[in-house]
Amino acid sequence: MMSQSGNAALSGDSNRRLFAEPPHAVEPRLIRQVKNQMKVTVLAVPENVALVRVCVAAFASQLEFTLGEVNEIKVATSEAVSNVILHAYDSFGNVEVIASLDDEWLEVVVSDSGKGIKDVEEALQPTYTTDPDHMGLGFVFMESMMDRLDVQSAPGEGTVVWMAKRVAQG
Amino acid sequence: MDIKWNVKNGTLVVKVSGEMDLHTAGDFKQVVERASAMHRVRGLMVDLSDISFIDSSGLGALLGRFRQIRMMGGAMTIAAPSPQARQVLELAGISKIITIVDEPAIIEGLGGGDQ
Repeated sequence: MMSQSGNAALSGDSNRRLFAEPPHAVEPRLIRQVKNQMKVTVLAVPENVALVRVCVAAFASQLEFTLGEVNEIKVATSEAVSNVILHAYDSFGNVEVIASLDDEWLEVVVSDSGKGIKDVEEALQPTYTTDPDHMGLGFVFMESMMDRLDVQSAPGEGTVVWMAKRVAQG
Repeated sequence: MDIKWNVKNGTLVVKVSGEMDLHTAGDFKQVVERASAMHRVRGLMVDLSDISFIDSSGLGALLGRFRQIRMMGGAMTIAAPSPQARQVLELAGISKIITIVDEPAIIEGLGGGDQ
């Protein structure tokens, strides 16, 4: 079945492209010595939400997370990427996802170069949206599913969502 | 995502399988709205036993249908959510507003797939 969801902003534009960006080092915040790292950049379109969460989940599986924990990482990633698709751009743009790990931590950074968030504190609260099909629970889910969450944003400067999850210490 | 449905005694019974996210939530909405318009539906039951993944976009689609059916005086039930779906439903407090039952929905003579 073909989906018609979320394509309104994209219809009629035959010129979708990933934007080139200068290479830069990606510094994790908790991890001292990176054991492995990946970066996925895709167009911020609904078709890519599943692709990105599966990539991050497969990457996270290199650590000893339980199946339930991997599912939580999938939900958190899905929420962050969905937020970019829904809110960051008027037409379209990139969503960049960087995951890093050592033996203890998985860090996931989801960033965009979109319009940014005016009031991050407010955005982090569970809200009642006017749209009956959206719950305003994206950040609540990210916070619940991961051990750490930090959101940095400013109008016109894009948004960086940083999340981390620790492997249970046996 | 795969959607099957039928109407029994005025209740639209929908079984959603696979992943329910921003990309696929629109399909669910469309199928439920179309089926509701075709039949005189007074109730909605959504079986989530074969859901492998759901996030807040999927939940939003469920909640949107709940609001629609309630506006028409109907009721909605979620049947047999998978463990991943149950965790997400509980985290969002959905069980406070939508009835969740453990038994899978009884579905026979299903329509669905591509509507």
